[in-house]
Amino acid sequence: MTTFANAESVAGEVKDALIDLIYRLADDDLILGHRNSVWTGLAPILEADIAMSSLAQDEIGQAVAYYTLLHELGEDDPDTLAFARGVEDYRCASLTVLDRGDWAFTTVRQYFYDVYKTHRLAALTESAYVPLAQLARKVRGEQKYHMMHSRMWVSRLGDATDESHQRMQAAVDALYGHALGLFEPTPHEAVAVEAGFCVAEADLLAAWRAEVEPMFEQAGLTSPGDAKPVYGGRRGAHAAELQTLLDEMQQVYRLEPTAAW
Amino acid sequence: MIRCDHVVTNDKPGDPGYDENLAAFEARIARGDKVEPGDWMPDAYRQQLIRLIHVHANSEICGALPEGGWIPHAPSLKRKLALVAKVQDEVGHAQLLYRAAETLGKPREEMIEELIAGKAKYSNVFHYHAETWADVAIIAWLIDAGAIVNQRMMAEGSYGPYSRALKRICYEEAFHLTHGYDMCITLAHGTTLQRDMLQDALNRWWEPIMMFHGPSDKESKHNEILMKWGVKLKSNDQQRQEFLKQYVPKIGELGLTIPEKWNLRFDEATGEYLYAEPNWEEFINVVRGNGPASALRLRTRKMAHDDGLWVREALESAARDERVPVSVN
Repeated sequence: MTTFANAESVAGEVKDALIDLIYRLADDDLILGHRNSVWTGLAPILEADIAMSSLAQDEIGQAVAYYTLLHELGEDDPDTLAFARGVEDYRCASLTVLDRGDWAFTTVRQYFYDVYKTHRLAALTESAYVPLAQLARKVRGEQKYHMMHSRMWVSRLGDATDESHQRMQAAVDALYGHALGLFEPTPHEAVAVEAGFCVAEADLLAAWRAEVEPMFEQAGLTSPGDAKPVYGGRRGAHAAELQTLLDEMQQVYRLEPTAAW
Repeated sequence: MIRCDHVVTNDKPGDPGYDENLAAFEARIARGDKVEPGDWMPDAYRQQLIRLIHVHANSEICGALPEGGWIPHAPSLKRKLALVAKVQDEVGHAQLLYRAAETLGKPREEMIEELIAGKAKYSNVFHYHAETWADVAIIAWLIDAGAIVNQRMMAEGSYGPYSRALKRICYEEAFHLTHGYDMCITLAHGTTLQRDMLQDALNRWWEPIMMFHGPSDKESKHNEILMKWGVKLKSNDQQRQEFLKQYVPKIGELGLTIPEKWNLRFDEATGEYLYAEPNWEEFINVVRGNGPASALRLRTRKMAHDDGLWVREALESAARDERVPVSVN
């Protein structure tokens, strides 16, 4: 396989496909990290509070690393990318955008995302774009703990009490279609796969399903058979919730967009 | 949950052997020994410590709220990460402190429920709103600075678990101070809007900051016994002077001014700051739950506690169901 050692070694439609891929990774992490960070100080127990906050920090930190890769590829600096783009420029999946909901909603969402991300990162460690492969290897160390954390919550809350089961199942029903939206095909996919930057979304989805189903069986949860994928996020067509989130996130930044804060 | 089922024996004045035990206890403290959870201690010492640590833990968990509210609005990736980490530390401090208080026999759940019911106090400064981003900077710099003055002193205190928790807390607070000072420097050297925002925040926060170390020594009723038992080693006014001496010059260096009504000035003769005494009746009123943000703080904590009830119940149920694996060797 041909590898691409650095930003200078990619060009044309190959570069566009790489940039599109990294925006998806970065924006998912930033937006979900933002949602998770809001739990700091408000989670059901102090220990869960501290863990959720670490998760948010890892996700935002990983977004910074991806934005830095984008900056090397000629995009704006990380703060400008995070704080000064229009809503249609974000490439996050709708799963990450949804408001935090209750603890069941948050933990089911996190589980769906972590299974996706674990498989995504495993594939990216072999990416033909060397800086991305190196970053994926580094991030995988953190991801291992996120995955353990998510599995623990799903397995504990899935059938602990009637209420916990009912809340977890409601979250699964509400989120499943959004989780499928993580794997939305993009116009750049064929080029990105051909260049060896990533694997096909359909392959990732198959790996995701193969992991989620046995876990649900163990936790007493059921996948909705008829869930339709919620697409749009990967091409910048978002629900109004993302604009609300960005207004909140950019509120202080916009007071003096050119100033240091 | 940690519980220390201490054996309460003869720990009140008039009990058999109390005077001898008290003399030995006070001699230990005078030697600089740490008192540990199972050791004999006067009931009054235990109650004072529970009260102090409980208030301190509540302050950490309530202190997470005004800054936590600004996490979604942090204006750069670096600030967002630092603020989440900082507020997370405060929650971690609450956890450490509730555990330290549990070693004296009071369960965490009970402490949190007393807080939510408005029956337990927390620091005066968290009864105010954080109105702008600059408030977050002032809180992280000057309130954490005030807290460090207090906690470094308390960390030398006589109760082992509290002292050890405080040493770790002070270590983390030092990072918060750097984070807060860095934010203040950035705003102070920023645009007119940013500088004005910072000065405005200082103007609003100066009174709560002057009150932070508690009522003047002339009014404080707990100091004497706490100092004798090595719980508190400096008076409120001593701590306030220590804070002022370290930070008033730095505030000036940033081009900020302390509101004139405080008539704050350094007295060369005594080497101490002089100032208009804060309104201590107002302080008492605020810490009793009548500050501008008091109702909001408790409402938020109650909401978080109530919303999390089903999760705590589920965890307890899951823990009961877990089988202990049998060793097969």
